[in-house]
Amino acid sequence: MAKITLDNLAHSYLAKPKSENDFALKELNHDWADGEAYALLGASGCGKSTLLNIISGLLHPSQGRILFDGKDVTHAPTAERNIAQVFQFPVVYDTMTVRDNLAFPLRNRGRDEAYIVERVQEIARMIGMEDMLNRKARGLTADAKQKISLGRGMVRKDVNALLFDEPLTVIDPHMKWELRTQLKSLHHEFGHTMIYVTHDQTEALTFADKVVVMYDGRVVQIGTPQELFERPAHTFVGYFIGSPGMNVLPATVSGRVAQVAGQTVDLGADYTATGKVELGVRPEFVTLSQNAGIPARIRRVEDVGRHKIVRLEVAGQEISAIAGEAEDIPADICAVQFAPEGINIYANDWRVTPNGKAAA
Amino acid sequence: MNKTVNQKAWFLVLPVLLLVAFSAVIPLMTVVNYSVQDTFGRNEFFWAGLEWFDEMLHSERMWDALGRQLMFSAIILAIEVPLGIFVALNMPKSGFWASFCLVLMSLPLLIPWNVVGTIWQIFGRVDIGLLGYTLDKIGINYNYTQDIFDAWVTVIVMDVWHWTSLVALLAYAGLQSIPDAYYQAAKIDQASRWSVFRYIELPKMAGVLMIAILLRFMDSFMIYTEPFVVTGGGPGNATTFLSIDLVKMAIGQFDLGPAAAFSLMYFLVIMAISWVFYTVMTTMDKKDGV
Repeated sequence: MAKITLDNLAHSYLAKPKSENDFALKELNHDWADGEAYALLGASGCGKSTLLNIISGLLHPSQGRILFDGKDVTHAPTAERNIAQVFQFPVVYDTMTVRDNLAFPLRNRGRDEAYIVERVQEIARMIGMEDMLNRKARGLTADAKQKISLGRGMVRKDVNALLFDEPLTVIDPHMKWELRTQLKSLHHEFGHTMIYVTHDQTEALTFADKVVVMYDGRVVQIGTPQELFERPAHTFVGYFIGSPGMNVLPATVSGRVAQVAGQTVDLGADYTATGKVELGVRPEFVTLSQNAGIPARIRRVEDVGRHKIVRLEVAGQEISAIAGEAEDIPADICAVQFAPEGINIYANDWRVTPNGKAAA
Repeated sequence: MNKTVNQKAWFLVLPVLLLVAFSAVIPLMTVVNYSVQDTFGRNEFFWAGLEWFDEMLHSERMWDALGRQLMFSAIILAIEVPLGIFVALNMPKSGFWASFCLVLMSLPLLIPWNVVGTIWQIFGRVDIGLLGYTLDKIGINYNYTQDIFDAWVTVIVMDVWHWTSLVALLAYAGLQSIPDAYYQAAKIDQASRWSVFRYIELPKMAGVLMIAILLRFMDSFMIYTEPFVVTGGGPGNATTFLSIDLVKMAIGQFDLGPAAAFSLMYFLVIMAISWVFYTVMTTMDKKDGV
């Protein structure tokens, strides 16, 4: 296990990147703490796989360094980094038995057979495949194959980190839960450093201690699921996390109040914001009103079972509000109100810290 | 539910039946017809029963030809399959040179058989051919018209030149279908180059390689034009393969009965071997699936 440090790291797939837009991964400094479970979350093409491949050594960065426990491995080949990776599509050696699959990385490293037998047995117990050891890997289900590739990674005791590249994409929905739970308990039990790439917020939020949200080649926020929910640092985080995502409305801010659609909104804190100023509020903090507030018109109501999602139009823009399942929604709703504790202010898409408070 | 019986549906099968009848069944039946009769010319035929089959089964000439044929197929498979795989492994995976190699590799496949024969017939001639002349000048005694070994080498090299591309292209297609993740996983597992070939590339190529082997086996087992043009089956009978012998018998000597019996057995052997291949391939597919 190791601490992984990214120092000034950036990558471009072009030989001679001219502007910042040519970089698939923009300059980044970050420490991945030893033994923590991270999720790399972002939409397709945001650079998360690029970052993962740089850490695993399948890709060499255009600039910057990557260190494992302080040792520079920027140009070290994959084999020397001692990492394990589970890919989107299960990679198993079809013609080998499950046992040989698990033993393969150890055999290639010339460990003695007695140790291998013992270790394979141990791993098979951890991933719950003891009774399948003598079966050929070909013909197993996708989730079993994915477990084998995870086992192949964990079989080496000295593995520095376990990397997952959207590992549940091809798994049936009911197995996804089981595998994710299993992965989490393995993490608790053995404390591997884990980096998990996904575009599924549920996967990221349930799996990780810390979620790293990426947008357009840049890390926009690193935080616990709660921080991402309550204080999204970038409008993208607000919109990407949550279901439905955060409402973002153009606003003008002066001190403790903002003007939205011609109405005054209490912010609960003092802000100084310039540039393109927007107000972000999650649907959970939007309440419907029959008289006072920002004028709004109901477009439709979606009942998702545990609550209702109300879609409204405010100044020509659609916003969402969440109402309780039992709540009755009167037809004469004509306004919405925002709870001050749920409001964040953004300037040029980045969150503005209220005056007098330390940066989050 | 009651099924409606409608015998008119048979008419729908009729076109196919007619087509197959004229393209395969009727010609084959004429051969069967010849194989059980004898003739002394003037279009008079006599019933001979299974005599010709009996004679052919005890004919040394046919067994010798079959022996040469099997040896030829075995040798070209032993060369073309590994060589084709080797070429495929070393071809560029993408970009200009990949397309270039693909075009280059498919060129020999586009040349008609008798042209290939003619090219090598001239290429190997000691008096004017580039190969024959060069070998002769550097002191190697080479003459495919007189030396049995030289004749075999020429015919085999010619077939390898003509058909290795097919194996290479099929193997290349198999290799291209392997996702990058497999190679990355192998790197992480510290697999050796040999392990990558043995446990990733070969299993993924197995399906197309079986097709390549089947195609190359059937083609080489029926080979006629190229050796006929180059050596004419000689020196002596050294390169007289089954087809060449069959044509000699049927057209040259006009022994229609024995030739017909011979070709029927030839046909059955090819059918039997293809069936074995087919069975092996489908069981492999079944194991692959699920």
